[in-house]
Amino acid sequence: MPTFVYMTRCDGCGHCVDICPSDIMHIDKTVRRAYNIEPNMCWECYSCVKACPMHAIDVRGYADFAPLGHSVRVHRDEEKGTIAWRIKFRNGKKDMELLAPITTKPWGTCIPKLSEAAAPANDMRDSELLFNEPKYVRMDDGGLHTLESNGLELKEGVYY
Amino acid sequence: MFTSNPFSELTALISPEIMQGYIILMAILVFLGTVLDMVHKKSAKYFFENSKKAQEAAKRPVGAGEKAGMLVATVASEVLTSSEFCYVPRRISHLLTMYGFVIFVITTALMIFGADTASGTLPALWHIGALMLAVGGYWFWFFIRVDVSAEGKKWYELCRADIFIVSLLTMATFALLWSFTRDVAGWGMLFFVLFIISSTTLFSTVLWSKFAHMFFKPAAAFQKRVIKADESRENLPPDYDLTDPAVQAKFPDIPEYMGKNPPNMGLGIKRELPHHY
Repeated sequence: MPTFVYMTRCDGCGHCVDICPSDIMHIDKTVRRAYNIEPNMCWECYSCVKACPMHAIDVRGYADFAPLGHSVRVHRDEEKGTIAWRIKFRNGKKDMELLAPITTKPWGTCIPKLSEAAAPANDMRDSELLFNEPKYVRMDDGGLHTLESNGLELKEGVYY
Repeated sequence: MFTSNPFSELTALISPEIMQGYIILMAILVFLGTVLDMVHKKSAKYFFENSKKAQEAAKRPVGAGEKAGMLVATVASEVLTSSEFCYVPRRISHLLTMYGFVIFVITTALMIFGADTASGTLPALWHIGALMLAVGGYWFWFFIRVDVSAEGKKWYELCRADIFIVSLLTMATFALLWSFTRDVAGWGMLFFVLFIISSTTLFSTVLWSKFAHMFFKPAAAFQKRVIKADESRENLPPDYDLTDPAVQAKFPDIPEYMGKNPPNMGLGIKRELPHHY
């Protein structure tokens, strides 16, 4: 499902070009609008779709599994700190809306000061664990957290 | 000099009828170029198909009165103040260029078609228009356009995308130079010829330049408002009010993780301008 750009919405700001991990969103030399230079290499990460302030980027479904056209569109609202999705099935009957937080604190205010943390001691360097791993994965807080230790169980099938 | 009509002295050399004919020819070229551009890029076809699709997906009807209101809002916001641009310097440069161009073209036509220029207002406006066009245009050309600011392209490396901006800039520049040197033998005529070459290029290359954006951009901005009003939103999710109890009941993650009245989180990736490519 490679991305494509609605030319009437794009204003050529370059946020998609900046964020694309595959470096395939470029600014067109003639019309100065963004476009996907290599759709084959697009892995549908949706980074550009979410970053676009104009909602000018969409993702096209391949004709073999989305012959009648479906729609997966997203609005990432930084000021509200949420991401909203709208998923329309190809028969048009199912129209789902989802909303989830993407931050709980204002952006840029809670960056962990990792450079101020104490350097790892030699025994930590020789360990198979990564720096600060027991603390960060909460292994020192009653062992490794599992579904069982949290009173949960894995159910069969697809469920929401 | 600033308040004298540069075209009145020209009548000794070129008859007013020829000048008027030139203006009409340029208007016809713009019209033909825009129509050909729409046919070639299928932009009008795309626009109407898209608007039909939006109408089919509409959740509520939008009346003619509401549409008229949206038309006024589009003109007041997107057209007159270029509100589409998020980046402030680009918006200011666009406004200077746009108003400069409009003032310059209208005053040129008025002066050539024999409007009274005795008070000096029209020639002064003509010079101001050309200056605004030059200031906004050169600012864009040397600092703002994406090839320069992001791709490190030199200002003198031209490509097809530059037809519009370069012919606009040369038209304004040579118009001013012609006006200031028209008493100097040789130079005045040279700048006048360059001015005419630039303006002819600008108005006759609509099919290959982005000149037509001034017609389809307002239409696209209007359509953006319509899809919000009829709630089809081009399949985009709604703009939720996080403090609304109905939204909080539908999406319990919001009050659980963000509280019942989430603060404004400020800007995330948009704190930095995109310039890393």
